[in-house]
Amino acid sequence: MSASTDIAGIGSGIDPAEAEYRRAKQREALRRKVLPCLGILIGIAVWAALVEFLKVPPFIAPSPLVVLETLIAKSDVLLSNLWPTVIEAVGGFIIGNLFAISLATLFVHRKTLSETFFPLVVLINSIPVVAKAPILVLLLGNGFAPKIAIAAVISFFPTLVNMVRGLEAVNPQAMELMRVLSASKREIFLKLRLYNSLPYLFSALRISASSSVVGAIVGEWIGSNYGIGALIIQATYAFDSALLYATVLVGSAFSVLFFMAISLAERLIVRWQPPAVA
Amino acid sequence: MAMAEPLARVSPGAPPDKRPRADGEVAVACRNVSVRFITDRRTVTALDDVSFSVENGGFMTLLGPSGCGKSTLLRVVADLLAPTSGTVSVLGRTPREARLDRALGFVFQDAALLPWRTALENVSLPLEVGGHRGLPAGAPTPGELLRLVGLEGWEASFPHELSGGMRQRVSIARALLGGPRILLMDEPFGALDEITRDRLNEELRRIWLQTGTTILFVTHSVYEAIYLGETVLVLAANPGRVRAAVEIDLPRERALAIRETEPFNRITAKLREHLAGEA
Repeated sequence: MSASTDIAGIGSGIDPAEAEYRRAKQREALRRKVLPCLGILIGIAVWAALVEFLKVPPFIAPSPLVVLETLIAKSDVLLSNLWPTVIEAVGGFIIGNLFAISLATLFVHRKTLSETFFPLVVLINSIPVVAKAPILVLLLGNGFAPKIAIAAVISFFPTLVNMVRGLEAVNPQAMELMRVLSASKREIFLKLRLYNSLPYLFSALRISASSSVVGAIVGEWIGSNYGIGALIIQATYAFDSALLYATVLVGSAFSVLFFMAISLAERLIVRWQPPAVA
Repeated sequence: MAMAEPLARVSPGAPPDKRPRADGEVAVACRNVSVRFITDRRTVTALDDVSFSVENGGFMTLLGPSGCGKSTLLRVVADLLAPTSGTVSVLGRTPREARLDRALGFVFQDAALLPWRTALENVSLPLEVGGHRGLPAGAPTPGELLRLVGLEGWEASFPHELSGGMRQRVSIARALLGGPRILLMDEPFGALDEITRDRLNEELRRIWLQTGTTILFVTHSVYEAIYLGETVLVLAANPGRVRAAVEIDLPRERALAIRETEPFNRITAKLREHLAGEA
């Protein structure tokens, strides 16, 4: 940059090549925002056109306009059913991840425990959520508890695996450095392993933010008369396709917001350049 | 780089010219040190009956091909690895005692900086672990050490914002914190480009003259070994053993251009002979 200003910037401030580069960059940034929006709009338009021209009856699929009307008209019903799902998903997310982080810490310090119980954890995780859900409903009844438990179980595993990996995947020379400095195990954990695990942790948290919402909704399908999951079932049985679509939209909006909140937290906390984390 | 001001603080009472060159005290002594690693396929003898010693304030470079155990030797001195047989004494004590007393500083091949810490915080790390909270009286602070290695103004930068050479400078500053008597350096400039490497070689010589720290420096570059060292320990591979210890008879104040002089070339030729002496 300095070289090009030396050549072309004869007291004029910004040289033309640099200005052109900046304009190109702005155009590119704009393109990247506008094009996806355009894609979504086209999708909605195609949807509207199909419903209109094929004369799809309203109990099979609604037109986007009707969905929008329903979103506004039934906003109170939608919101009052959103809150339980939010509480279940976020509650499960927090509990599941706290458990996972604690267990990962224990596993890293007690190899025998890890070798004994890690296979069991993998085994339990391999049971699909839809199969785990009824078991937890039987165990915990019909209230908030089973849904929180399902969301927690679903959040737990990716975090446990990634956290163990992040705590262990420490630069070997940094480990040697700690030994040269005669650091204690506790100091190595607090000054080295914990920070090292944060990028791994957040990549797991982003996954479990979305999946905890799935967990809560699946829990509500099985036994509940409130929440996004319950509303989905009710709307389906009532052939109220507009309400069904509106409910799904509200649920996804929450899921996306949750995901974005975690990504924001990551950007605020992990300010250094993390190594490439799968 | 203008370094005159902080230098006085780095080695109080020991101006470069009056620093005792050989006061009889031995900094590091290895006697008949062997290290064997057992793997599934075979037992590897990394070091076989290695003996050498470095006087206090000396600068020894360990030169040899890969696989000659020079890094292993450094790790034995640093108490990162226990020898299979033989004895190691560091300032008259065991390596473990020397480590616990922070008599050793270690510079790794990759700077081994913690990416979530700024340059200054990385240099300060030794004060936060291992029960060494305070600096000894008169010892240079982390900020002064960053100035010593030419990084004034970069204190708040994170490692990913620094070049490879700058990261290695931070790592040298960190190793110097607390004024260790011995600095162990494991191919610290091996991953750097030649221009940066030359500059850091020059600065390391200067830091050595100023601080009086004993340095053990591992390298596989013949030029680096001669330019930096007062003694070059030539090692042979498979198994790792000492081939020769060559005194470098060059002036204490060395410009990089010394590498193009006749005496330097003679030493180069001699070392190459020792290196080629392998069966």
